[in-house]
Amino acid sequence: MKRFPDVVANDHIDFELKAGEIHALLGENGAGKTTLMNVLYGIYRPDEGKIYVGGERAEIKSPRDAIYLGLGMVHQHFMLVHPHTVAENVALGLSSSKFLFPVREVEKGVAELSERYGLKIDSKAKIWQLSVGEQQRVEIIKALYRGAQVLILDEPTSVLTPGETRDLFNTLRRIAKEGRSIIFITHKLDEAMEISDRITVLRHGKVVATVRASETNKRELARMMVGREVLFRLEKKPAKRGEVVLEVKNLHALNDKGLPAIKGVSFTLSQGEILGIAGVAGNGQRELVEVINGLRKATEGKVFILGQDRTNCSPKEVIEMKVAHIPEERIRMGLVSNMSIAENLVLKNYRDSPFSKILFLNLAVIDQEAEKLISEYNIITPSKKTQAKLLSGGNIQRLILARELSENPCLIVAAHPTYGLDVGATEYIRTLLLKQREEGAAVLLVSEDLEEIMSLSDRIAVMFEGVFIGILPAESAEVEEIGLMMAGAKRMTDVKEGS
Amino acid sequence: MRPRLKIEKRLVTSRRVMFLASVLSIALALLAIALVFWEYGVDPIYAYTEIFIGSFGSIFGLSDTIAKAIPLMLCGVGLAVAFKALVWNIGAEGQLLMGAIAATGIALYVFPDAPAAVVLPSMFVAGFLSGALWGLVPSVLKAKLRANEVITTLMMNYIASNLVNYLVYGAWKGLKEWGFPYTDKFPSSAWIPTLPIGTGRIHYPTLILALMLAVLTYVLVMRTKLGYEIRVTGENPDAARYAGMSYFKTAMLVMLISGGLAGLAGVGEVAGNPSHHRLRYPQGISPGYGFIAIIVAWLGRLHPLAIIISSLLFGGLLVGGDAIQVSLGLPFAVIGIFNGVILFFVIGAELLLRYKVTIEWRREG
Repeated sequence: MKRFPDVVANDHIDFELKAGEIHALLGENGAGKTTLMNVLYGIYRPDEGKIYVGGERAEIKSPRDAIYLGLGMVHQHFMLVHPHTVAENVALGLSSSKFLFPVREVEKGVAELSERYGLKIDSKAKIWQLSVGEQQRVEIIKALYRGAQVLILDEPTSVLTPGETRDLFNTLRRIAKEGRSIIFITHKLDEAMEISDRITVLRHGKVVATVRASETNKRELARMMVGREVLFRLEKKPAKRGEVVLEVKNLHALNDKGLPAIKGVSFTLSQGEILGIAGVAGNGQRELVEVINGLRKATEGKVFILGQDRTNCSPKEVIEMKVAHIPEERIRMGLVSNMSIAENLVLKNYRDSPFSKILFLNLAVIDQEAEKLISEYNIITPSKKTQAKLLSGGNIQRLILARELSENPCLIVAAHPTYGLDVGATEYIRTLLLKQREEGAAVLLVSEDLEEIMSLSDRIAVMFEGVFIGILPAESAEVEEIGLMMAGAKRMTDVKEGS
Repeated sequence: MRPRLKIEKRLVTSRRVMFLASVLSIALALLAIALVFWEYGVDPIYAYTEIFIGSFGSIFGLSDTIAKAIPLMLCGVGLAVAFKALVWNIGAEGQLLMGAIAATGIALYVFPDAPAAVVLPSMFVAGFLSGALWGLVPSVLKAKLRANEVITTLMMNYIASNLVNYLVYGAWKGLKEWGFPYTDKFPSSAWIPTLPIGTGRIHYPTLILALMLAVLTYVLVMRTKLGYEIRVTGENPDAARYAGMSYFKTAMLVMLISGGLAGLAGVGEVAGNPSHHRLRYPQGISPGYGFIAIIVAWLGRLHPLAIIISSLLFGGLLVGGDAIQVSLGLPFAVIGIFNGVILFFVIGAELLLRYKVTIEWRREG
């Protein structure tokens, strides 16, 4: 049992894991899955209850104890030291590492593991240069290198393409066959059904049931998880396209390593339209989003917003054009975790009346606005003064959306808006984006979730190695075709915009 | 039964915990320094009593303590603003000296014959600007050349210090000072008035200015747009950039404030301290106020109002240090050890702010 200020996150949980088993832990955000695992991994201490490993009572006081007991964890938000290399991150905290040159030995081991499980990681690459998907693989290697007998994966597939997910599943099955156990935390029903032997469903911090994957179905799981029947399809009205909002012409930009990441991208995006950009992480999507938002310099080409040249403007000038940005890394970029929810909600418009006058912030108005947005966007929090870091993943994203959408943006750049979120929050966020589209906003949607791209977009662009392989109208697009294009196996011979 | 430490991450750090951590770090520092006294063959309790009586026990001690707290308060509040934005200004000492130079220039060369009502305000304005300008150089270097401000602000101290030396040994050397490295004495219109209490060293206009600026800074940080930018930049620089804040602008403004306040401290020292009233060699003007203020700022957990208290504490330490030097024959360097050890424990106590440490008793086996 684990209590947080004002909340009981885990309420008398009974959970049992067998050797060689893949056990899915299914539940919505805030259901207590991550908390439970953090207790197992020694990051939090239980307020009540006991843990047994291999039949022995275990007191896990720190991640060190957990690692010693053979537990390995791949967190939802990666725990990596960004300026360091892959091997250095693996070596960090290893008790066996030598005092001098601790990394050399590790590099060999990392290469071996990477080879053995097909993880394709360069042990000398620096973490900040890697895509989210690659960083996750580093986390898996880290756990395996420490000889983990139980591997805990927290929402591992949210960053992966269908192909990568398949590879991950194969890797996991191989690991399980070696007699190791895997706890697979997810909110995706299909995945839980596909990969696991048994599934434990959590809701509001309590165990609803533990079932065999072969003896249940998606519908039943969804009902247990959400507590009501769930709609799997979204209502989408036909597009009412207006003026061109965003025009990108022959854009080029470098990535953090100084190598070309965008190599000549052109497209237009109009009012009332959603352009989905599909692609595997690390093919230039992040750089494209950053250039449009003024966070990265274009080396060549132009960006026009509402017909005005906004190439290489400051982020502030882009914000002033009413461009909303839902960032890929919510916590690193979109949130000031130690500040209150109210203060986080004015991050973009604190300069404007009525939130400030001349030099001073108008705290009364800021608080009022916070109250309004908290109820409008259903942000679940004890108060507007609560520090943002105490919110659950889904509520953090609600906070960011509340901030970004409340100013009636003309353009919304949404990067992985539902990454890591549960069914309820995902449904809500997608509905919000569709509503913005109906109200005439232009939406640029970057996502690795093909289902999301297919169900929201009017047109779909596939990005591979810094270029758009093609732009297809959503009605005629096939998942298989897009999948092949994402992998670079298929190119449209005539790279023209579909309409 | 044996004790085991239980360490758990804190989700919320309350004001009370912050206060307790500061008190605890001082207590631990006093305990550690007791060993130094003991090594010297001095009874630590006697030494601490002497320090306390010397600094807070009499009206003479107390007035000196307050006088020494003035520059610490000004520098400390300024540094807190910079540190809050993650701008590591280690150059308050140099910025203080630049303020002192500016005040001297006004008193001796710009307005030698003007009335106090003109001279005093001009000295403060010039002192602020000159300290601010000295702080501006490193922030421009950082923005344009990515020069680390820890290094540049530190080096600017030496430039300022040698500039003072150059002036007092050369260009501004006093004609009536018998060859000492001093400038001439300021005309009395350039003396900041003092309270006739104790040793008569409390130059109260500077004290009032320092207190007002501490309150103003608190308002600046908590209630203004700039303060919001400072806090966001300090908490999460990536989010600040994402929100369209300019790091260059924020870093420049905090360095202007930080340097300016240190500059005011310099004015207070040369024009307010009755034993100066002139520019003299750098160590004569400041026993390292700019550096001690770093500890003052951290002990006050970068809270401008708490820094008022911590500056009084360190003012007392400096005065008490003088006292034990005389009465116990200890070297003045003991005070340097004091400062270092306290900073060590203050920074160490950061752990307590982020983690909850409890001792739990468990049965053997």
